[in-house]
Amino acid sequence: MPSAAELVDHLLACGFDFFTGVPCSLVKEALAELNRRGLFVVENREDAALGLAAGAYLAGRLPLVISQSSGVGVALNALTSLHMIYRIPTLLLVTWRGHRGVDAPEHVVWGRALPGVLERVGIPFQELESARVLAQIDWAAAVLRDQPGPVALVSPPGVLN
Amino acid sequence: MYLRAAAELVLPHVTDAAVIFANGYISRAGHALGDRPGHFYMIGSMGLAAAIGLGIAIGQPRRRVVVLDGDGNVLMNLGELATAAALRPANFHHVVFDNGVYASTGNQPTLSDTIDLAAVARAAGYAHAARVENAPELQAALPRFFATPGPGFLLVKIDREEGTPFGRVAIEPSVMAARLRAFLAPRASGEGGGGI
Repeated sequence: MPSAAELVDHLLACGFDFFTGVPCSLVKEALAELNRRGLFVVENREDAALGLAAGAYLAGRLPLVISQSSGVGVALNALTSLHMIYRIPTLLLVTWRGHRGVDAPEHVVWGRALPGVLERVGIPFQELESARVLAQIDWAAAVLRDQPGPVALVSPPGVLN
Repeated sequence: MYLRAAAELVLPHVTDAAVIFANGYISRAGHALGDRPGHFYMIGSMGLAAAIGLGIAIGQPRRRVVVLDGDGNVLMNLGELATAAALRPANFHHVVFDNGVYASTGNQPTLSDTIDLAAVARAAGYAHAARVENAPELQAALPRFFATPGPGFLLVKIDREEGTPFGRVAIEPSVMAARLRAFLAPRASGEGGGGI
């Protein structure tokens, strides 16, 4: 697992330069690191974060949006009727609450549905693996360049911190 | 004052800006009354026009950003007024055409007749917020509104109307995104960049 500093350094090296979203405890160290560097713009809702991200891209930035799996539900219409049809590249870093059904009750249904929903909607994604996180960020950055639109990295508990 | 008249008064003031048009008849009006590369017609993602404008405003703090919004859109994502106030971009100018209805779905009423959105923006912490009720008031307010550092909020009361005043936006969405990004690309003079 990369440290929070290594993670942020690698994201910056891949060109990501606008960070927004809604916090999750599974990435609290990463969020703290982004905040230490003055890089994180907190939003009230995940769809609003995607709006900010779209604007940032139009202004020349490459955005990353942090969200829990539940936030993908909030954000689906923004993803489909904004990012996908306008071809706006945005990396979603999704913490996989409800992974394997082991979580608080409010996360269980969406946790089970998440990969299937991403697939049905047509958002490319990978499940993050501890030993491959940096390479998977490289993969996401390459997909964003080749087929602009949303791309997701889905992070089960314990892969990032 | 109908949407067309209000938009015709506003558009000459925003020719140098990135202009985000809310979905529905506001986007259609912007497209019909004088399409420009700086125009971005948000045809879906209702509620997010202000968020898109804010992203541009903080991504490029030296470019003027204007959001032409509607009451239904603002009410759908009222929290964005708090985000705008908290981020406080001086280059962000938020104009809301308020006819009190969801016009493009058949004039069903919104909540705007019972709450004052300009007062909400002021309470959230916009740098300035005003309300105009007719064309002479709008015309008089516009120069100072756009000259005053933002975030600024201008609520423009307009009349509801029957029928379909404008045709659909005929530009491919990805073309709109690409041309606005090109319009905003930093020039040799060093415009753009900076900020968060």
